[in-house]
Amino acid sequence: MKRLLPMPWHSVMLLLVWLLLNGFSYGHLFLGAFLAWLIPVLTYTYVRGHPPVKRPLKMLVYILRLLKDIVVANVDVARRVLMPNRLLQPGWLAYPLSLSEAFPATVLASSVSLTPGTVSVEFSSDRSCLYIHVLHLEDAEALTGFIRQRYEQPLKEIFGC
Amino acid sequence: MNNLLAYSDYLVAFLVLTGALFMMIGSWGLVKLPDFFTRLHAPTKASTLGMGATLLGSLIWFSLSDGSLRIHELVISLFLFLTAPVSAYMMGKAALHRNRPVIERTQDKELAARAARQEGISK
Repeated sequence: MKRLLPMPWHSVMLLLVWLLLNGFSYGHLFLGAFLAWLIPVLTYTYVRGHPPVKRPLKMLVYILRLLKDIVVANVDVARRVLMPNRLLQPGWLAYPLSLSEAFPATVLASSVSLTPGTVSVEFSSDRSCLYIHVLHLEDAEALTGFIRQRYEQPLKEIFGC
Repeated sequence: MNNLLAYSDYLVAFLVLTGALFMMIGSWGLVKLPDFFTRLHAPTKASTLGMGATLLGSLIWFSLSDGSLRIHELVISLFLFLTAPVSAYMMGKAALHRNRPVIERTQDKELAARAARQEGISK
């Protein structure tokens, strides 16, 4: 069973998205069902071993807050682009990670890239540190604290690690 | 229903124009910002919001004129939000390991060298 249908929820989601994108017909139901079976079988090897989402509701809250933060951060970056370059104070930041699992760390790095004027550039090889480039760095301590309590703490709770 | 359509015209126009404005600022930033890493910020941020707003406008427009909810735009935005940070990460990483110069006043410049060596935090 596990090998025949490794990720049943993913399969249901894939089939639903396929039908919503293509409109319902028996042909698409058949093709979508085939793809919904095939894709999880092929990709299961890469997903196996990742910590599961333990708190789906918190995940939803996290995503909504991230969307709001994306809007705020975008307006902020747009403003800085329009201001003269000489007012810009770019900088590097070494963010001490306390998440150790690969997948949650990837989610954190992506959130950081999408939000507060920061882009994740490199992990240290022991994954203890995330190097970030900041478009306008005023207070490194404050930014570290912000990322810690706004993104990393919730992610730790969501993935339970 | 006609009234709703008239108001939705304004909303759609607002979203599409805001989207275009942000995409323009993103592209402008790509030209005027001083070094590679600062340039990385403009397209990953401003353009993401610009695309999001434009797609939302398109979603509302076609949902109302067809009379059924369309999710194509939602799926496009989802893929955009998933891929934008990954491509920014890959470009930033490539620039870091090729020692692209940063402008003089960049703070904590020595961290870039440590990042290129993938050093952890010294205990």
